Amino acid sequence: MTTIRSADARSRDEVGERATVVEARGLTRDYSFGKEVVHALCGVTFEIMDGDYVAIVGPSGCGKSTLLNLLGAIDRPTRGSVAINGTDVAQMSDREATSFRLRNIGFVFQRFYLMPTLSARENVELPMAEAGKSRTDRGARAKELLAYVGLAARERHRPSELSGGEQQRVAIARALANRPAILLADEPTGELDARTGAEIIGLFGRLNRDGTTLIVVTHDEELASTAKRKIHMRDGVIVDG
Amino acid sequence: MPVALAWASLKRHGTRTLLAMLGVAVAAAMLLDMVMMSTGMRESFRNLLLSRGFQLRLAPKGTLPFDTDATMTNTSGIVRILRQNPDLTTISPVLGGTIHVLRGDSVITASALGLDPRIQGDYELLSGKDPLAPDEIAGNDEFMRATGARTGDTLAVASGYDPQTREYAGTRRLVLTGTIRFLYGASHQRGAAMRLATLQGMSGPDRSDASSLFMIRVRKGTDVEAAGRWIKERVFTVNVISTESALDQVDERLRYFRQLAVILGSVSLFVGFLLVTTLVTVSVNERIGEIAVMRAIGVSRAHVVQQIVLEGVAISLVGAFAGLLLGLVTGRYLNGILSSFPGLPEAIDFFLFQPKAAWTALGLLALSGIAAGVYPSFRASSLPIATTLRQEAIA
Repeated sequence: MTTIRSADARSRDEVGERATVVEARGLTRDYSFGKEVVHALCGVTFEIMDGDYVAIVGPSGCGKSTLLNLLGAIDRPTRGSVAINGTDVAQMSDREATSFRLRNIGFVFQRFYLMPTLSARENVELPMAEAGKSRTDRGARAKELLAYVGLAARERHRPSELSGGEQQRVAIARALANRPAILLADEPTGELDARTGAEIIGLFGRLNRDGTTLIVVTHDEELASTAKRKIHMRDGVIVDG
Repeated sequence: MPVALAWASLKRHGTRTLLAMLGVAVAAAMLLDMVMMSTGMRESFRNLLLSRGFQLRLAPKGTLPFDTDATMTNTSGIVRILRQNPDLTTISPVLGGTIHVLRGDSVITASALGLDPRIQGDYELLSGKDPLAPDEIAGNDEFMRATGARTGDTLAVASGYDPQTREYAGTRRLVLTGTIRFLYGASHQRGAAMRLATLQGMSGPDRSDASSLFMIRVRKGTDVEAAGRWIKERVFTVNVISTESALDQVDERLRYFRQLAVILGSVSLFVGFLLVTTLVTVSVNERIGEIAVMRAIGVSRAHVVQQIVLEGVAISLVGAFAGLLLGLVTGRYLNGILSSFPGLPEAIDFFLFQPKAAWTALGLLALSGIAAGVYPSFRASSLPIATTLRQEAIA
């Protein structure tokens, strides 16, 4: 059976706990453009539990992607804190944040962003190689994950030889490579047609049923409707959820 | 993984990478040629001076060997003085002059050296035998071609031509004993060698005991400079030149060549550096989104820097190795052209290959490859990840 979740999460499952995976407190993010300051996020506070499937929705420019970037430790809040599995990522140095992302956070992007010169399997192996896993281990894990997303037969194909939906599935497999605590997806169906988007939505549902904690930023009503919980945002604040 | 990613990135735009490598190869070839030129001439001259083991040379006061037509008189007296010093193991006086080979109505002019064929250090025998007897002569290929003579032929040879009386000071019939190659001769220069006394006798009364040069071997382990000082204190009409002082004088004369080589070499290095920097920067700019994603999924700054620096170094090194071959070929070609440089021995190599020169050129290019990767890798590794991804999404 393919193991998707982190060892911590699995051990909590065994004792029937549901721990807090994400804890955001007073998250504020301002951007300065010359003398003008744009308040992208204004004191957002929320919690996400282990095994949750959360869709963050709202109009363009409401701060959804900014929030996702802060949760993923690729941006720093102006004020406030974000804890992932109890670790405050907002206070980390760049080196610490990079290492933390590698082992605890999976990213899926709207434009897939696979390395065009690497095969599907090599793309999935990339985070594992960075984490120092042996060639044998990462090869086996990449095969397992590609089989999980339905691409076992296409492991040697380069991104240019795959459809958009297949590329996104490879990106999802890559995001799961190091068994992250949470998987963050930013408009994962944004570049896909309705049928392919539906395949990805189905895959996210299966991932969550298998225990992955998912946070998805989307405009896609269908994708949002499959989530267990919706966070509605407007003008940098949570208005519902 | 950085190695695999660097390799993949270079392969991605194969033609562009290849063109950049060719550009670096041209720069490397020029750099190597300039490094070879800046050090090669001196080394080549040193090897030439020491090729026959003569460490000291005596020329007429105030001149360099065969720099002028000046001669030293009282050669036999100088030899007697020099033989008083047991550390001077070989003393070879040489007289330079012009001879005229009379072939029917035509006269073929050539330069000639009078010397002791048994101990001389001016030529090497290619065929036949040395002109040991007073009526013998040996010539180089050009001399043979011009005179149409073969080994064993007898030639009417004159010297000491007086343009006013239109007469020669002396004429001899000399037997051609063999073909020789002059070590210090210029290219296409006709030349012949004979015994010192023979040339002295043909050159007129004022040259009957003259010489243009003394070549001296010093006993092994003897201080050459001290031996030179010993000569200076006893023979006042000569200029004592050790190999080192000759090289210093050559250095002085070749200073402009070296400066030119350093300037052109530096320009080549800089062009190579700019080429690699430009290519790697363009490549990084094209992959800015990918690099931001790599950082987002946890690839460390250090690995991003390594990957980009590796790309620069790979282009530089492959280009440098190709440039090494190209530089050797062009160096050989240019050497062929410059060997006919007036006043310099044909045997002097302008572009002498030395492993040290090659390593210097390769090392400089590898360093420039690393330096070329610094700016683009700094740019890539210091990307604000979230901002870059947002800009890429908008683009």
